[in-house]
Amino acid sequence: MRRFLMKGNDAIGEGAILAGCRHFFGYPITPQSEVAHYLAKRLPEVGGLFMQAESELASINLVFGAACAGARVMTASSSPGVSLMQEGLSFLAGSELPCVLVNIMRGGPGLGNIGPSQGDYFQATRGGGHGDYYTIVLAPNSVQEILDIMKKAFDLSDMYRMPVVVMADGIMGQMMEPVVIDEEKSVEIPPRPWATIGRDYHEDRNEINSLFVVLEEMEEVNLRLLHKYEEIRAKETLCEEYMLNDAEVALVAFGTVSRICRAVVDKAREQGIRAGLIRPITLWPFPYDVISRAAKSAQCLLAVEMNMGQMFEDVEIGAKGRVPVYHYGRLGGMVPLAKDILEELKKVSERGGTGR
Amino acid sequence: MKKITARPYSLRDVPFHYCPGCMHGIAHRLVAEVIDELGVSGRTIGISSVGCSVFAKHYFNVDMIQAAHGRAPAVATGVKRVLPDRVLFTYQGDGDLAAIGIGDFIHTASRGEKITTIFVNNTVYGMTGGQMAPTTLIGQVTKTTPFGRSVEINGNPIRVCELIAPVEGVAYVERVSLHNPKEIIKAKKAIKRAFEMQLNGIGFSLVEALSACPTNLGLSPLEAIKWMEEKMIPFYPLGVYKSPAGVV
Repeated sequence: MRRFLMKGNDAIGEGAILAGCRHFFGYPITPQSEVAHYLAKRLPEVGGLFMQAESELASINLVFGAACAGARVMTASSSPGVSLMQEGLSFLAGSELPCVLVNIMRGGPGLGNIGPSQGDYFQATRGGGHGDYYTIVLAPNSVQEILDIMKKAFDLSDMYRMPVVVMADGIMGQMMEPVVIDEEKSVEIPPRPWATIGRDYHEDRNEINSLFVVLEEMEEVNLRLLHKYEEIRAKETLCEEYMLNDAEVALVAFGTVSRICRAVVDKAREQGIRAGLIRPITLWPFPYDVISRAAKSAQCLLAVEMNMGQMFEDVEIGAKGRVPVYHYGRLGGMVPLAKDILEELKKVSERGGTGR
Repeated sequence: MKKITARPYSLRDVPFHYCPGCMHGIAHRLVAEVIDELGVSGRTIGISSVGCSVFAKHYFNVDMIQAAHGRAPAVATGVKRVLPDRVLFTYQGDGDLAAIGIGDFIHTASRGEKITTIFVNNTVYGMTGGQMAPTTLIGQVTKTTPFGRSVEINGNPIRVCELIAPVEGVAYVERVSLHNPKEIIKAKKAIKRAFEMQLNGIGFSLVEALSACPTNLGLSPLEAIKWMEEKMIPFYPLGVYKSPAGVV
C-alpha cells in the first residue's frame, strides 16, 4: 500500500495499468489529452503499447482489432470525439467484445467548449450508436474512485463481453487528491477462447462478427444481449446514499456535481431542512430501485446536473409519479454553485409535493 | 483416379453467394492458395469489409473478423500490434477502401504496418445495387450516375496504386486483373509476393485486383470481360507500382 498525490486524468491511466491494460489507442482532444500523455510515457515502461491514431474513427477500430486479438484495451476521448466513436461502439457491442472507453465530457453540442459538462448522459446511457444495445456506464466522483473504477470497468467488460464507458469531466480530470495504491493486488484476466488469434492457438476456427442476415439469427443475438443486460441490471447497479433515510428532499447527482450536492445536504441540515443525496455510480444500469424507495419516503426529488435535464428523466422513471421531480442544472460548461443548489433545494422543499 | 485439383485448405467447404461472372470467388481462391503455400493458415487472421465481400468472413478457413465500413486496415493494425507474429490480411472492395475507408488505408500504409491488403476493384457498388464507386470510369453509367459519370458533378476516378506507391512505409504495390487465366496466374504471384513482404517484415503491401461485376454493369459475364479489356484496363494499367527496389 502506497499513498500518492494524483491527478484524475493520471489516475485513469494508472488505474488502467493496475487493471492489466497494456494497449491504448487514441486521438488528442481537450480536456482528455492528459490521459494520453500519461499513458504514452507509462505504457512502454510496463511493456505495453501506446499508439496515437489519425482520428477517433481509427482509434475505436484499433481498439476493436486489439480486443479481437484478446488484449485488455482502452481508449479515451471527450464528447465530440466520443460521438465519432459511436459506430465503433455499436460494432463492439454487436460483436460482443470487451473494452473500456473513457469520456471526459465537455460543453456542447457541436464543438462546444472545454468546460466541464454532463451533456453526454443520454448518449452514454442509451447505447449511443445505432441498434439495440447498452454499454455499462460508470461515473466516479473522486480520484481514488477513478483509480479503482478503472479495474472494475475492465473486469465488467470481460465478464459480460461488452464495452464499458467511464464518464467524468474536466474537473475530475484536473483535480488532484491523495490516493492509495495497492501494488500487491494481482490481476486476473479471464481466458478468451473466442479471440481471433489464429487457428493454431485455439480449438476450431473463430469468427468475430456483427452481421446476421437471417432475421431469426439476429433476433437470437438480440435476445442473448437482452438477457445479458437483464443480468447486469440485477447484479451490477451501484449507488451511494447519503442521509437518505429521513430525507424530505432527496438530491440526485453524479460525478462532479455529487460532491457539491453532498456539501449542500450538510448545509441544508444545519438550517433544519432534512435533505439527502442519491449518487448513482452506474448511470447504466440506473439505480431505479433507490429512486423508487426515496419516492416513497421523501416529499420530492431534485436532480442536479450539468445539463438541461438528462438524468432527470431517469429519476422521473424511478419516481413513477409518486412525488414531484425537479431539475436544477447549469449549462455550457458552467458548474452549479453550492449556494444556488441550496436556494433551489429550499424552493422545492417549500413546494414539496404540490407539483412541479 | 488421380486428383489434380482440390479446394484449398484455407477455404471452407460452404456455398458461395457471389453472382455468376463475379470474380470474388477467383480472388478468394488465390488468397487461400497463397496462404496454404506459405504454410501460415493457422496463424493468419483475415478482415472482411463491408460490401459483397463481407461474406469473406464466412468463406476463409482462417480466423476472420468482420470490420465496420472502411475500417479493416485499423482493425488489422489493432490485431497486428497485439500479435506481431501473426499474418494479417484485409479484403476490401472499391467503396470500402477508396471511398469511406481511404483515410484508414493511407495512414495504415504510411505507418508501414506489416499487413497485406487485397483490394478488389470492379468500378461499381455491388451490395447496395450498382451505385457509383470512387473508381467508376468517366462516362460509366451506374444507378447514381444514370447519364454517365461526369467530372463536373462526380469528380475523377481514383487510381489507388498510383496514389499509394510513393508513400513511405509501403513495401509492395501491384495491380493485377482476374479476367483471363494468364492474368490470374500473374495475380497469384503478386498476392504471394505481397504476403512475403509482410512475412519478411518489410512493410505494407497492396494488391489491387481488377474484377468484373456483370450484375451491376448490366452485361453478360463474357461482355463484362470484354468491357474490362476495352475500358477498365486502359484506365487502370496493370503492373508493379512499388517493390523494395522503389517506385516503378
